[in-house]
Amino acid sequence: MIGINHYLILSAVLFALSVMGIFLNRKNIIVVLMSIELMLLAVNFNFITFSSFLHNLAGQIFVFFTLTVAAAEAAIGLAILIVLFRNLRSINVQDMDSLKG
Amino acid sequence: MVTSVFFYLFATILILSALRVITAKNPVHAVLFLVLTFVTSSCLWLMLNVEFLALSLILVYVGAVMVLFLFVVMMLDIDTETIRNGFWKNFPLALLLGLVILTEMVIVLVTKPIVITGSAPPVYPSVSNGIQLGWLMYTEYSYPVELASMVLLLGLVVAVALTLRKTNKNGKYQNISQQVNTESKGRVKMVKMKPVIAKSMVVEEGDSK
Repeated sequence: MIGINHYLILSAVLFALSVMGIFLNRKNIIVVLMSIELMLLAVNFNFITFSSFLHNLAGQIFVFFTLTVAAAEAAIGLAILIVLFRNLRSINVQDMDSLKG
Repeated sequence: MVTSVFFYLFATILILSALRVITAKNPVHAVLFLVLTFVTSSCLWLMLNVEFLALSLILVYVGAVMVLFLFVVMMLDIDTETIRNGFWKNFPLALLLGLVILTEMVIVLVTKPIVITGSAPPVYPSVSNGIQLGWLMYTEYSYPVELASMVLLLGLVVAVALTLRKTNKNGKYQNISQQVNTESKGRVKMVKMKPVIAKSMVVEEGDSK
């Protein structure tokens, strides 16, 4: 029988994979953005699991808002990416050093 | 029994496709595997009787966000070779970090198992998930829903404002260096002149007396 722990461990695996993705592809800003989406999915998975097993709909409402914010975040992130590519002709993170940080 | 088989099937697909997202050489392939990840997790959410969010995940993520990603990846001319330079150099650190995070989470889950007093999710609930969520969204959470719509509007405006090309002569744009370098002389103009009393006002005052 599939219990709550199966779902939670699955989402933990997903979260660990997305953290690894940020480290592996830290030069490629598109894959970094995709890893952030994966992280949000893993967190949403936890919310959904608890909401479903506890019969409490507040978690699902929260996931709804997370989806909204994530959609806005992806749109703005990609817009920033396009502006950067227009100015630099590259999406390599190491070329983005004009602030000298 | 059938539930277990489907759970392990979907979980395997989910983890393998997430693995391909972070290891794919071509960013287009990564986006397509991310679509597979979202669809598979939507299937898992359906198994938990979360129909509304499972469908909105497909509609919002696969239908809008991932297509946006795909557009951007295909529009940009990405040099995949130089961008993967540090991949294998970072691999041991990433593997270590991922394993540490995973072990910590699993230890937390296994050492003190979560005991749910209620039963597993009902297979055939009396009211559908969409009706329940819609009821909550328009009564208890109506103000947060309006705020969420404002967040989406903000995203729309920011995306347009960032990517707008400044080619139109009649458009109104910010010139940031001009704004930063502005001085009080450029904004306020002092004019010396004698006081002037308008004739119409004088006539009106005379009439009222």
